[in-house]
Amino acid sequence: MSDAPDPAQPAVEELPDPARRAARQARMIQGFLDAIPHMHALGLAYRGHGDDWAELMLPYAPQLIVDDGVIASGAIFSLMDSAAGFAVFTRLQSMSGHATIDLRLDYLHGPEPGVAIVGRAVCYKLTSSVAFVRGVAHQGDPDRPLANMAGTFMHGGAA
Amino acid sequence: MSLEPVRDFLRTAARGAALDLLPYPALLGLTVERDGAEVRLRMPFAPGLLGAPERLHGGAVAGLLECAGLMTLLLALPDDAPLPTLKPLTATVDYLRGGAMRDSFAVATVTRLGRRVANLGAVAWQYDHSRPIATAKLNFILKSVSESVPAG
Repeated sequence: MSDAPDPAQPAVEELPDPARRAARQARMIQGFLDAIPHMHALGLAYRGHGDDWAELMLPYAPQLIVDDGVIASGAIFSLMDSAAGFAVFTRLQSMSGHATIDLRLDYLHGPEPGVAIVGRAVCYKLTSSVAFVRGVAHQGDPDRPLANMAGTFMHGGAA
Repeated sequence: MSLEPVRDFLRTAARGAALDLLPYPALLGLTVERDGAEVRLRMPFAPGLLGAPERLHGGAVAGLLECAGLMTLLLALPDDAPLPTLKPLTATVDYLRGGAMRDSFAVATVTRLGRRVANLGAVAWQYDHSRPIATAKLNFILKSVSESVPAG
């Protein structure tokens, strides 16, 4: 690649401002969180995102408890599936229909009762049809994850 | 809360009884339909389960599969011994078809019941058992009451 301006490419001034794009994506993710009934039912909240990752939060709530005040693993699965979906969205920069092929969670230790759970997912590889994701769920310290996630999604192509 | 009351409930539950002793299965709206020795769970369609327009959220389907695994395991454990504590260890879900806006069902089978690990397979379907919408491999860690000495 040369540093000389490429007439086929738009000038830098015309490129979308990355910060503006990030804000737009954040609004889109928030819009999905508000509009998608099951995400709303779980109370999933937006925490942050980047070019290939997304982070959501699952607040502690009595209806998510399975045993001894501990959040049900199924709710953590929903958190991670949702975070993974948004990670694929940020990498593709498009919500153009992707579907989970498979998702695996390893539950490393039981969650702390009464504490919200953060789910962070990264889309670390994209092929023409498949997105690979990985991530962790934690309760404040990402170096002490309570669950590890790995999954694949089918996607319709980048925007 | 111990899972003991849930096991008692499963043993005697009438067809269609709501599995509402535990909050998360109640959130999913699960009901129990026993079929002989097999526990079959039903997740009646509700708008709160949607993850995309007219599609069930994959997490809700995973929740149904995990609950089917846990309930099946509860009934598979010997009933003449105290119930061990059960912790989910791994859950791997394959999504085979989109879940439509209708009732879903799930059953699980115990592949191996060891002293410390239980391995189960679960399948969820809607129209037809032979056309599953998702399958799962679920492993649980068992700790007998004598092993889990309370700290302090």
